[in-house]
Amino acid sequence: MCLAVPGKIISIEPNGTGKVDYMGTTVVANLSLLPEAKVGDWVIVHAGFAISRLDRQEARRTLRLFKQLEKLNSSD
Amino acid sequence: MTRRETSAELFERFRSNLTIRTLLKAIQREIKPLNRSLRIMEVCGTHTMTLHRSGLKPLLRETGVEMVSGPGCPVCITPDFYHEAIIDLVTSRRNIVVATFGDMTRVPTRKGSLQTTVPAAGSEIKIVYSPEEAQELARNRPDSEVIFFGAGFETTIPAIAFTVRQAASEGLKNFSLLGALWLIPPAIEAILQSGEVTIDGFIYPGHVSAIIGQQAYEFVAEKYGLPGAIAGFEPADILLGLLSVVRQIRQGQPTVANEYRRVVTFNGNQKARQLMAEMFEPFEATWRGLGPIKNSGLRLKKEWQSFEAREKFRLRFEAGRPHPAGCRCGEVLKGLIDPVECPLFARSCHPDHPLGPCMVSYEGACLIEYKYSSGAKRK
Ligand code: SF4
Repeated sequence: MCLAVPGKIISIEPNGTGKVDYMGTTVVANLSLLPEAKVGDWVIVHAGFAISRLDRQEARRTLRLFKQLEKLNSSD
Repeated sequence: MTRRETSAELFERFRSNLTIRTLLKAIQREIKPLNRSLRIMEVCGTHTMTLHRSGLKPLLRETGVEMVSGPGCPVCITPDFYHEAIIDLVTSRRNIVVATFGDMTRVPTRKGSLQTTVPAAGSEIKIVYSPEEAQELARNRPDSEVIFFGAGFETTIPAIAFTVRQAASEGLKNFSLLGALWLIPPAIEAILQSGEVTIDGFIYPGHVSAIIGQQAYEFVAEKYGLPGAIAGFEPADILLGLLSVVRQIRQGQPTVANEYRRVVTFNGNQKARQLMAEMFEPFEATWRGLGPIKNSGLRLKKEWQSFEAREKFRLRFEAGRPHPAGCRCGEVLKGLIDPVECPLFARSCHPDHPLGPCMVSYEGACLIEYKYSSGAKRK
């Protein structure tokens, strides 16, 4: 099953794994599929592997879209 | 603002009532001029879960959008004969360790389930959370043969590919893979080609798409003229995807929209895709319910055959006979019936006594339906 929530990389070990923090709970994830990952990145982890980085700018863009739709609705 | 506030705030907005109401209203506005209701398939089981858990399903129905579950549960679409082959092996041979994900052990077959079966002396069944954990078992138990029995889609396959390659480079000889590895785009195409179910559009899986990218679904718009959108797993993500699908229908411009851009890119995860291509080759795999589909499954390439459990232990796959219980999981997976239309649902089949994998897996439509709506009420 897909864990929807991203975690934050708090450290990267020489063996290619990283510690990923989920609001205080730490898991170890294999970072081999995400060679560009760095400490501070938010990542999606699946079956023990980080598979994608969260693009925070895109997330904010979506939030702005929600705001626009709200305005559109209230002007109905 | 601290980093925690940032993330909390972010996700709160994707779940908040205000956002959900706003998006539902926007969908309503788009759907009105169509003067009909729409049937949209959510391919992925985790989306099915969000739709039920957040109570969106009935709200969407009122808005004119009927959500239909698709084949996106790897445990559910893995046919019985995979389980039966591995049950035969672990009950007849000594010093075999079958390592698998938890819900795989509960799938009922004609030969019982991995959970109920009695392994031969020195053999056992172990629940693991990742393929690497299975590999670790093999390292620690050099006198046993460890078989990772893994079901998964494109999201899980790269992790398995990595693990097998790692085993090869370590020279780990007592580790092998019984993979039930399924590809989403060929399954979507099979559903469309069968023409059995009427669908107006698709919500594409979020994390499968993180691997294969937006490009993978272009054939749905181009060849079949159907709209679709990739969506994340928060309630607002799914609604955003639906808003795009409805808009595509209204404008008569089917495409593949990416409404999960914070995680999914056009080409997906190149590294993961390369690794999959290096280790596996496609073949005509048989899906529960959907039957054989061209190029829809992956198996290890020739050069990695020593890690292929099917070869190593000459596993016999006996395809064919349907499960005697009368389970209609296959039709559920094709979107032909709702779980409640199965006469066994919540009667003889329930989570404590599942008759089919759709009532076993956390992504299974029957279990989700039971947990979040009708089943729970009947109890
Ligand atoms: S309710 Fe049980 S028997 Fe019916 S389709 Fe679902 S899993 Fe199969």
